[in-house]
Amino acid sequence: MCIGIPGQIFALHAKQADHAWAEVCGLRREVNIALVCEDEPEALVGCWVLIHVGFALSRLDEREARQTLAALHAMGELETDVALFLRGGEER
Amino acid sequence: MRFVDEFRDPQLAKTLLEQLHQRAGLLPYTADKPLQIMEVCGGHTHAIFKFGLDKLLPPQLEFIHGPGCPVCVLPMGRIDACCEIAAHPEVIFCTFGDALRVPGQHGSLAQARERGADIRVVYSPLDGLRLARENPARQVVFFALGFETTQPVTAVTLQQARRERLTNFSIFCQHISLMPTLRSLLSQDDVRIDAFLAPGHVSMITGAAPYHFINQEFGKPLVISGFEPLDMLQSVLMLVKQVGEASCKTENQYRRVVPEQGNLLAQKAMREVFTLSGSSEWRGLGMIERSGISLTSAYAMFDVERRFSPQAQPVADDPRSRCGEVLTGRCKPHQCPLFGTGCTPHNAFGALMVSSEGACAAWYQYRHQEATIASQPQHKQQQKVSQDE
Ligand code: SF4
Repeated sequence: MCIGIPGQIFALHAKQADHAWAEVCGLRREVNIALVCEDEPEALVGCWVLIHVGFALSRLDEREARQTLAALHAMGELETDVALFLRGGEER
Repeated sequence: MRFVDEFRDPQLAKTLLEQLHQRAGLLPYTADKPLQIMEVCGGHTHAIFKFGLDKLLPPQLEFIHGPGCPVCVLPMGRIDACCEIAAHPEVIFCTFGDALRVPGQHGSLAQARERGADIRVVYSPLDGLRLARENPARQVVFFALGFETTQPVTAVTLQQARRERLTNFSIFCQHISLMPTLRSLLSQDDVRIDAFLAPGHVSMITGAAPYHFINQEFGKPLVISGFEPLDMLQSVLMLVKQVGEASCKTENQYRRVVPEQGNLLAQKAMREVFTLSGSSEWRGLGMIERSGISLTSAYAMFDVERRFSPQAQPVADDPRSRCGEVLTGRCKPHQCPLFGTGCTPHNAFGALMVSSEGACAAWYQYRHQEATIASQPQHKQQQKVSQDE
């Protein structure tokens, strides 16, 4: 239950501070950015982050993020909770 | 698939393995008395079995599968308390999916759900917050489980609940701290661990500094490692180099994710919401001093144990099960008399068999594969890393 999944922040949440929209495996998901937002949240847009249970926990550089993602896909076995994250919630 | 190839490049793996075999041969360890490397994290255990890494290692090195999966060390009594809380008619009980099938003395949460309890699998504690907002007449309880990786997430969730003045949201706190467990392991006389592979994602939060006592007080080398096969082989090589040079440091192989200082915002949130609180019971390991985590007084109103006072239910581990010995490297999963008979992934007796990251589940799932690998000639074994996709 401790493996994260990389996503790219593409917009801040209009209504909820500390939340942003990330693209994860081609899907758009809401994530909490409180733990990676050191200064202005706008600076996070475009950044890659490691997401675990709905929270961005670490910033990644883009190349490394793509590698991890590809590796996770190749393993073909996203953890149940990660799968839940990708499946669950509405796409907006 | 270019990116994957970099992490699983057979040529790179081969080079690493050659170096490993060469260096390990120079160490004063043998196949009978190997250098024992504990991988603390369940994610590592899973990768070791999946890619047959243990079979690729030189005979002088051996992996010991440690207590690094929070589901595996969850004591039965805590599951019983979960079921007791969830049985209150006003309660919506939220849990990560991993904990659903862990057996308690009176069954699992999945069985409690069949009996009518309102138990929901959530992906994030934030889903629990949403349920609390949507159901003001119900009490929403989140089962907060995990090491330092998930603690800051629960902390931020509670900070938000406090800002919103939610009065129908609480947590059942089963957060635990990894470092006291490592200390406890190292303090036991008959446990022999020579070196550690430390979990990447706990380290991403804590940074490297909390591991220093392992070097300074216990004289053991440690490498923070990523989860890809090449990450792990490289980390093992770093450990073997340290042993060969008689040095003893905390090194960080997983720099692409783990900053030296860890995540300072996460550490701050954890300090505000949680405090270390005396000893805590771990399945198979007993009580471990100073490993328990509870809420600070400012957040005590979110503690479900204050609201419902579930009975403390210490449950002795079944004498036949050897979960604790597996977790401390004293025996291998298949040496447990229940393995594959009284305890299988479909009908688990111990938590090590429930979680896919548990040593017993991994052993069960890949045992057949391992037997096949073992019968292959050596040169084929070395291609294993790249074949497995
Ligand atoms: S086989 Fe089951 S009972 Fe035995 S050690 Fe593993 S999890 Fe525990």
